[in-house]
Amino acid sequence: MTDELFVVEDLTVTLPTSRGPVDVVKDVSFTVGRDDTLGIVGESGSGKSMTALAVLGLLPPGARTSGSVRLDGRELLGQSEGELRSVRGNAISMVFQDPLSSLNPYYTVGLQIEEGYRAHRGGSKRAARQVAIEAMERVRIPDAARRVDDYPHQFSGGQRQRIMIAMALCCSPSLLIADEPTTALDVTVQAQILELLAELQTQTGTGLIFITHDLAVISSIARRVLVMCAGDPVEYGTAEQVFSDPRHEYTRTLLDAVPRIDDEVML
Amino acid sequence: MTRYVIGRLGGVVVILLAVCLFTYLIFFKLSPDPAVMICGKTCTPDRIDSIRDVLGLNQPLLTQFWEFLRGIVAGRDYGTVHCSAPCLGYSFQTNESVWNMLTTRLPVSITVAVGAAVLWLLAGVAGGLISAIKQGTWWDRSAMALALTGVSVPNYVLALVLQYVLVVKLQVLPFPAAPAFADNPVLWFESYLMPWTVLAVGYACLYARLTRANVIDTLAENFLRTARAKGLSRPLILRRHALRPALTPITTIFGMDFAGLLGGALITETVFGLNGIGKLAADSIAKNDQPVIMAVTLLAAFFVVVGNVVVDLVYTALDPRVRVTSS
Amino acid sequence: MTLLRVRDLSKQFVIRGQGGLLARKASFTAVDQVSFDVALGETLAIVGESGSGKSTTARIAARLLDPTSGSVEFEGEDISRATGKDLARFRNDVQVVFQDPFSSLNPRYTVERIVTAPLTYQGIAPKGGRRAFTRELMERVGLNPDHSQRYPAQFSGGQAQRIGIARALAVNPKLVICDEAVSALDVSIQAQVIKLLMRLQRESGFSYIFIAHDLAVVRQLSHRVAVMSKGRIVELGSRDQVFGEPRDEYTKTLLAAVPRINPEWDRRRRLSKGRS
Repeated sequence: MTDELFVVEDLTVTLPTSRGPVDVVKDVSFTVGRDDTLGIVGESGSGKSMTALAVLGLLPPGARTSGSVRLDGRELLGQSEGELRSVRGNAISMVFQDPLSSLNPYYTVGLQIEEGYRAHRGGSKRAARQVAIEAMERVRIPDAARRVDDYPHQFSGGQRQRIMIAMALCCSPSLLIADEPTTALDVTVQAQILELLAELQTQTGTGLIFITHDLAVISSIARRVLVMCAGDPVEYGTAEQVFSDPRHEYTRTLLDAVPRIDDEVML
Repeated sequence: MTRYVIGRLGGVVVILLAVCLFTYLIFFKLSPDPAVMICGKTCTPDRIDSIRDVLGLNQPLLTQFWEFLRGIVAGRDYGTVHCSAPCLGYSFQTNESVWNMLTTRLPVSITVAVGAAVLWLLAGVAGGLISAIKQGTWWDRSAMALALTGVSVPNYVLALVLQYVLVVKLQVLPFPAAPAFADNPVLWFESYLMPWTVLAVGYACLYARLTRANVIDTLAENFLRTARAKGLSRPLILRRHALRPALTPITTIFGMDFAGLLGGALITETVFGLNGIGKLAADSIAKNDQPVIMAVTLLAAFFVVVGNVVVDLVYTALDPRVRVTSS
Repeated sequence: MTLLRVRDLSKQFVIRGQGGLLARKASFTAVDQVSFDVALGETLAIVGESGSGKSTTARIAARLLDPTSGSVEFEGEDISRATGKDLARFRNDVQVVFQDPFSSLNPRYTVERIVTAPLTYQGIAPKGGRRAFTRELMERVGLNPDHSQRYPAQFSGGQAQRIGIARALAVNPKLVICDEAVSALDVSIQAQVIKLLMRLQRESGFSYIFIAHDLAVVRQLSHRVAVMSKGRIVELGSRDQVFGEPRDEYTKTLLAAVPRINPEWDRRRRLSKGRS
């Protein structure tokens, strides 16, 4: 068993709505070790993205949280904005679903990688630029030294997501949270990004939380799986157990509904 | 880029030619006979004929229009009088060269427009920005209510109220007289303060609402979430990631509004008795002084069309997405 | 019997740059010399990644776009340039179900009005009255017929898509074009809608052109598959041939890239399910 890098205990997120407060995440607990990958899977409204945003204190205004979120033993929940800022993009990074809208169209990708690095590590612009180029090379953007000055719209969808990953990894975080990082991408590009993530993880030992609605993707990348439904954690176990011997009825329904490419199960 | 600019300027020339043709037809062909207008009350058919001859009104329409265009570029002769380029003809009322009339009045209009623009940009953008950041608070709601009121108050009402309160009642400002800046900078400033304010209020309110809406939209963008997730400080996020995307569209609207004002602020100039292009337009329309009407219309069109091109060029410089697709 | 015959279909979009009088024009070929047939009662799936031209092809087939060249024959008549009555009849026989149910349903209309709109436009009065007609249709697509006076916003995404399907069926079409019709749905809802689409075809015998990027979905419901890439059809064949023995390199790449649930785990789960 891996050591516990990241521990979430009884995390509850409450959002204000017009009909009063609603618990969108209810008593969620999980752990992520170094070099470990946890998959969080669920359909829309299951609370999987809210869980991720809660970890970094990025919830919409008015949201309340309870429970415990610890990175290397350090409590994150309820910390001041300043404390959380020093964690975001530094010890814990995030990659989002739609890389085009997640990058600011007005600035070069280089600047957008550099600014995160300099916010945490300081240093000169030139040093940060070098870091940005190296980060882009690591995610295999060809001709990185020249393309560092290009704008997001000049890259393809897959390259943009690679840049998001470069941005997330430039401060060598101990945990990377990827929220539906391949959902907006074509299937061949998705395969490349999944491969890249797995490879970078082997190199760096970063813990990974991979959030998706796609069970097949989870099966190919996650070591352990948390299944969520309407804010509830319905099943939590190793990927092998969840896929081969699901305990919860909802997990079984979900698995039955997935169309299989090698098989026609619905006819 | 050069190709782009040349292409756009070519477009400008075409549009201006079209505007010229239309205004020429409307003002010289569809309104009362210019010869009769000039001739006045003590008129004989002979005099009308000779005026027609001097103005070239007996020639075919296209020749007349061509002469008009040539006059602007190369100058022309009216009988024995030579009108040097750029020639826009002579006022029917005062016989003054229309070009001279424009050049003496234009500085006043530019002063009015620039001063007002500075005021409304500062007040509108700052107000909208603070409202957006403090969205939903007491400040935001009162500022936006005020902005709505400001947009709804007509210029001339505001002008008359200000004049009555500040000049007549409290006597803190002189009556606007448009003195030269060099003669008396203080009086110059005091004179223009009211016109600037009156013009700026409506725009400032509009810009405050626009800025607020744009900033709020930008704050909800995914890339702002990315900026927060990177651990950037709030001032940096606002300054770098929110402000530029939110304000870039406003430069477009500002360019058009400002260009429109350069063609004369008709109501404000008239109310304050400022001798700018706007007042010239109002006076010439009242007296049916066709060459002058024609000239102010062309001038306004010129500013709007050129303003449009400038706005596009500025936008190209500000938004990298447009920049790259055009090259 | 061939219902739809598409031959050498091409579509170019002209992109006009900026720059006033000297603006450069460029053209982009979205669909390049595409030919295929759709037989009565069959489902032809057109798969491809973004920018492959699959949606443009579908839109031309539905006459929502005009082709640059090539022909679309429906029941033996070229409809790619049809107008007036011929076009109206074609529009009646061919219906489209779009990806986003909410943006393709008028939010201010009730289900009844949405579903009967195609009839209203053609001046047909449904037999038995609108209410009964709507109720019957809603039942066919698995919606509660008592909800016929509700508005789209009062339904979930899956239910809204069923309304879109009901609207398509209102005029008894011969061909239904599904443009990514199940792509936006959650997996459990998606499975239900796929089953519904297949049941409706068995009941009514119409044809589908099923546009999708999800190969696993296509595997479930298609008879024949056309794989598109960069505006061209790179492979066209029966479902079992395309999935089982793909000939084209691109098809092979595409199939290999699809993520799969670990087959060993899946097999064990089904075995234990069978036992319990």
